Amino acid sequence: MSGQIWAVVQQKDGRLQRAGRETVAAAQALARELGTTAVAVVLGDGVAGAGAELAGMALAGVRVVEHPRLGAYTPGGYLAALAPLIRAGAPAYVLFAHTYQTVDFLPRLAQELDAGFLPEALGFQKVDGELRWTRPVLGGKLHAQVRTLGAGTVLVSLQSGAFPADAVQAGTAPVEQVAAALDGVDLQREVLGIESAGEGTVDLTKAEVIVGVGRGIGGQEKLGPVEELTRLLGAELAASRPVVDSGWLPRERQVGSSGQTVAPKLYLALGISGAIQHLVGMKGSGMVIAVNKDASAPIFKIATYGVVGDLHEVVPALNQALQQRAAG
Amino acid sequence: MKIAVCVKQVPDAEARLRIRGDGAWIEEEGVTFVLNETDTYAVEEALQIAERTGGEVIAFCLGPERAREAVRKVLALGAARAVFLSDPALLGGDALATGRALAAAIRAEGVDLVLTGSASTDLGFAATGSVIAGELGWPHAWLVVGVELAEDRKSVRVTREMESGMNESSRIALPAVLQVQGGINQPRYASLKGIMAAKRKEIRDVAAGDLGIDPSRLGRAGSRLETVSVALPVSGREVEWIEGDAAAVAAALVTKLEQEAKVLR
Repeated sequence: MSGQIWAVVQQKDGRLQRAGRETVAAAQALARELGTTAVAVVLGDGVAGAGAELAGMALAGVRVVEHPRLGAYTPGGYLAALAPLIRAGAPAYVLFAHTYQTVDFLPRLAQELDAGFLPEALGFQKVDGELRWTRPVLGGKLHAQVRTLGAGTVLVSLQSGAFPADAVQAGTAPVEQVAAALDGVDLQREVLGIESAGEGTVDLTKAEVIVGVGRGIGGQEKLGPVEELTRLLGAELAASRPVVDSGWLPRERQVGSSGQTVAPKLYLALGISGAIQHLVGMKGSGMVIAVNKDASAPIFKIATYGVVGDLHEVVPALNQALQQRAAG
Repeated sequence: MKIAVCVKQVPDAEARLRIRGDGAWIEEEGVTFVLNETDTYAVEEALQIAERTGGEVIAFCLGPERAREAVRKVLALGAARAVFLSDPALLGGDALATGRALAAAIRAEGVDLVLTGSASTDLGFAATGSVIAGELGWPHAWLVVGVELAEDRKSVRVTREMESGMNESSRIALPAVLQVQGGINQPRYASLKGIMAAKRKEIRDVAAGDLGIDPSRLGRAGSRLETVSVALPVSGREVEWIEGDAAAVAAALVTKLEQEAKVLR
């Protein structure tokens, strides 16, 4: 076993993205911790540009896997390209960004390689000479420390933002083209097209103030006071995933990993528990005021001000205070 | 079509959680357990496809004895029967060990389609469905928000959610495993008639020994991931609490909005 750390770097249209640079930063950090070297792997069709970007980073090597059948992501194509490469290289850890694309194929890659599988890691640390990883459980209410058992490669996906992209160390790395035997491989999926999910008429990204509602609202019929607050603040109304899934607000108002990413001056989180999928979409906000009945809700971990209470009491009182201020 | 739907029982999202004495997980005593959120959408999708095609839905569940309640709920919603894997030798596994056991149980039933939720809200591996697919040698799709069965029932047109509000549509050959995202449909409520009927429906208990798999590949023994401890997340910045009755909280918030956030005109 080579014991190297590999970063499989996601690219889009042949260019690295922030998620890819984060993966490299994590691989460099883990290689330093374990006293080994890091290697980057990029795959796709027409990804020489991404390979050249990686060549300017402090890595022991860059492997570029090019094939026309890797142009559009398919689980079959990615498995067939990555499995033989990892099997032959026998790295200790292979790191991926925890993107929707990764989640789709990584379990099957682990299965095919009989490798360890550790999704959604937030970080690592050495405890008594042993590597421990942190990952969120129970909707982010708790963080679990996990360790891997048994020998062989472990595949890890890293939560967005866990390893800042600007920590990537520059350097020079040799680039190697790797052939992928993909002719005749079952791609498992015929991609027909990619299109916008919804009407997409609401642009939340330009709003200065956003009022976000979560599961704690309890029903569409209870939105009245929140809509009133939104008007009083000249804000945009936004929602977390469960609210949209329940049909209480349209998908175009969803903030989070599958919705819009916002960074207003003020984000008022009402009845939002703060699952990581929501937090990644709004953690860049200037001030976050959170109202939630549960003091242990993860939203309070990123909130500037926290109110432990019932939004159905707090919001009407806030509306009244704002109206009095406007009248006075 | 004969459709398998896999479900998990998890702590209610609103449950107050306490860490267990040994620090390795939560104290389950006093916690309300419910059907995992995206699994409810998978059940509804399975029932709708079965209703359209004149088939049946079989529920599969791997979990401790308490999860039998979740199995009954799926039966009350309309599944024809259930297979329940509560053997302690199957519990505590990582996504690969759990998927391996469920796949073996599903293979024994011979189904045309497997539906699961996209992720559990407790461990959140988001992998059980794709591992089942790998075990069975079938294609899969994760984060499915649309399912359209081809007329010849040999394939399915699947819409998958992507990041940043985009969707991917693709064609996948059947049999397959689809990992269903929330919001794909409007899950029904169990009717009184359904709840009564569920009492007469079969729940077949399957033990580790029935699966024909090396026991060292199952449950905790077959897991390559071990939770050492759980803890409250460490906060990057300390929240400042605003306390008092609603009026006092409102007055304090208006001051923050006006003087700090400067968002009031």
